[in-house]
Amino acid sequence: MAATPFVLQLVNSLAALLLLLSFAMLAQRRVVTLVNLLALQGAILCAATLLLAWRTGEHHLYLSAVLTLALKVILLPWLLHRLIRRLDVYWDTDTLLNTSGTMMVGLLVVVFAFGLAQPISALASTATRSAIGIAVAVILLAFLTMITRRKAMSQVVGFLSMENGLFFGAMSATYGMPMIVELGVALDVLVAMLVLGVFFFQIREQFDSLDLEHLETLKEET
Amino acid sequence: MEFVFLLGTPLLGAIMLAGFGARRWAPEANAGFSLATFAAAVALAVRVIAAGNLTVAHEQFFIDPFNVFLVALTAFVGLTTALFSRPYMRIEMDHGRISEGRLRLYHSMYQLFIATMLIALTTNNLGLLWVAMEAATLSTVLLVTLYRTPASLEAGWKYFILCGVGIAQALFGTILLYIAAEKVLGAEGVSALLWTHLNAVKGQLEPRVLSLAFAFLLVGYGTKVGLAPLHNWLPDAHAEGPTPISAVLSGLLLNVAIYAVVRCKVLIEGSLHSPLPSQMLMGFGLLSVTLAAFLLWRQRDIKRLFAYSSIEHMGIIAFAFGMGGAVANFAALLHMTVHSLTKSAIFFTVGHAAQKSGTQIMDRIRGLMTVSPTIGWGLMIGSLAILGMPPFGVFASEFLILTTAMREQPWAAPILLLALGVAFAAIFGRVQSMVFGETTAKRLPHSPALLPVFVHLAIVLLLGLFIPPYLAGWYRAAAQLIGGG
Repeated sequence: MAATPFVLQLVNSLAALLLLLSFAMLAQRRVVTLVNLLALQGAILCAATLLLAWRTGEHHLYLSAVLTLALKVILLPWLLHRLIRRLDVYWDTDTLLNTSGTMMVGLLVVVFAFGLAQPISALASTATRSAIGIAVAVILLAFLTMITRRKAMSQVVGFLSMENGLFFGAMSATYGMPMIVELGVALDVLVAMLVLGVFFFQIREQFDSLDLEHLETLKEET
Repeated sequence: MEFVFLLGTPLLGAIMLAGFGARRWAPEANAGFSLATFAAAVALAVRVIAAGNLTVAHEQFFIDPFNVFLVALTAFVGLTTALFSRPYMRIEMDHGRISEGRLRLYHSMYQLFIATMLIALTTNNLGLLWVAMEAATLSTVLLVTLYRTPASLEAGWKYFILCGVGIAQALFGTILLYIAAEKVLGAEGVSALLWTHLNAVKGQLEPRVLSLAFAFLLVGYGTKVGLAPLHNWLPDAHAEGPTPISAVLSGLLLNVAIYAVVRCKVLIEGSLHSPLPSQMLMGFGLLSVTLAAFLLWRQRDIKRLFAYSSIEHMGIIAFAFGMGGAVANFAALLHMTVHSLTKSAIFFTVGHAAQKSGTQIMDRIRGLMTVSPTIGWGLMIGSLAILGMPPFGVFASEFLILTTAMREQPWAAPILLLALGVAFAAIFGRVQSMVFGETTAKRLPHSPALLPVFVHLAIVLLLGLFIPPYLAGWYRAAAQLIGGG
């Protein structure tokens, strides 16, 4: 491949930005900012997809870039912001670990992720295969965000960030999944968010709060 | 043609019932759509048995003996559950537990749930399989929370988030599989996720990436199967939703999830030439059986009791598929069938028993036999069947699995036997005190539909005594296909 390394370097720096954003989300306590970070992550994903599409000439990547833009940059953040306003949840302060502790765990997670990605990078033939480690790291960091948060809304943002990581992984390793699968996944994510919206209102109607502490009574029978 | 009907009927039903699901005739319409789906499934099964494998829509869907048998089973239990839900949901309406809007949601989502399971079973595309599995979760989340009680909301949230995270792992596994497949099948991207194509080249796929992929796929779909320690959502979701949903979740969705695991295992084992996937399946299976058997003792809610019993049986099935080989696969398929039939029959009787007693707490359910002999006997016989008493079908499949285990994995047989014994004591004692004794139950406004219970139990009994030759041939063909061992 006669590479124009500049474009690839650009993609790699975008990947680094993704990782940085994952850390920012891990530390962020304001739910509104969390959603904004998620939207930014979506935008970077979209930019990276566009660059790759232009670089490789794979037409379906243009389509998935548009899909990312519509769903992850515009629609989902808008839905989440609306939910935050209507449900009045702005802060998620009590986490299981304090910020610096979470960050330390996050660092270890990144090291682990690069180790995990080694055999995959070795197999992939794409020009962006070095970014696979970052994708795995984004997935695991999102997972960590979900584990350490108490509020339902932050868990959902973590879930969506995990989806971003998965998507980026698929893109950097194979230039994207087949279109039909990508469409299906996008549809599922959209429906999941709609279901979730309904669900949040039900929780709130019942408990007057979106704190998951209320949802911890169904333990093993005592 | 049959295939279009098979998927089209429940989808059409979902749309129609979204509009008219609260009318007086809606429960009948729900049953009618299920009946049409079942008819299409039977026609499809007959055709596949006569003419062999079938691919539809540019190979995006394919039917072989393994999945057509599950399609028929799914459509059948879908039909009987729809029949059962007719009086059940009317009684719930009379008790004021659900409104008209929620009844509409219930009927529409019921059909959609059946449709997503049928898509998951018949698709050839591993990506679509993932999409359909996730859609099956989404269509049932709002059903688990149908009563809007705090406990049901908690159950729904757990179900949503745990299965969501689990299934995200499975998506990563699918991506890894795609990466490996693309190397071999070329980057045109269309065929690299088709199971039939992958199966043809499975020997050439890169083993290291595939073992990683299997770990993710097993954890991901294993969450949906309810394998320990990923089972946390299952008892809650089963206990808090309406009983017809417990019956289909337990009887059908778990089967579909284990089907996904087995499909992936076939591919990955063919590439690895090592027993790693089998060992992982056996390990998860044994852990689930033992953990569930002991947790059975701590249950007070009748639906949670039988939910844990489902985890136990899924563990047995996973263990049997893990052992592999013709006999164990045959037994696992038989066990999937009889568990699905028996467990849904039990949930039918449990649902009415709980309605009659006004509670799901076992200590407060007493003397079902005196107030309604059919429910009492149904629960008693169903429990005996699920506990593996001869002459029921569960005995036959468990016997096959145990004897194979003694031969192939002698270390595991005592663990299995112990767990089965513990489970027997736990369930039998509880059921006995609920069925006999002084009664607390009252009469119900609509007479319960108990025909499905006895039809299911009769089939299970029949399968225990004698497996019809064509059915045995069918199982054998499917077991062959799964291979392994």
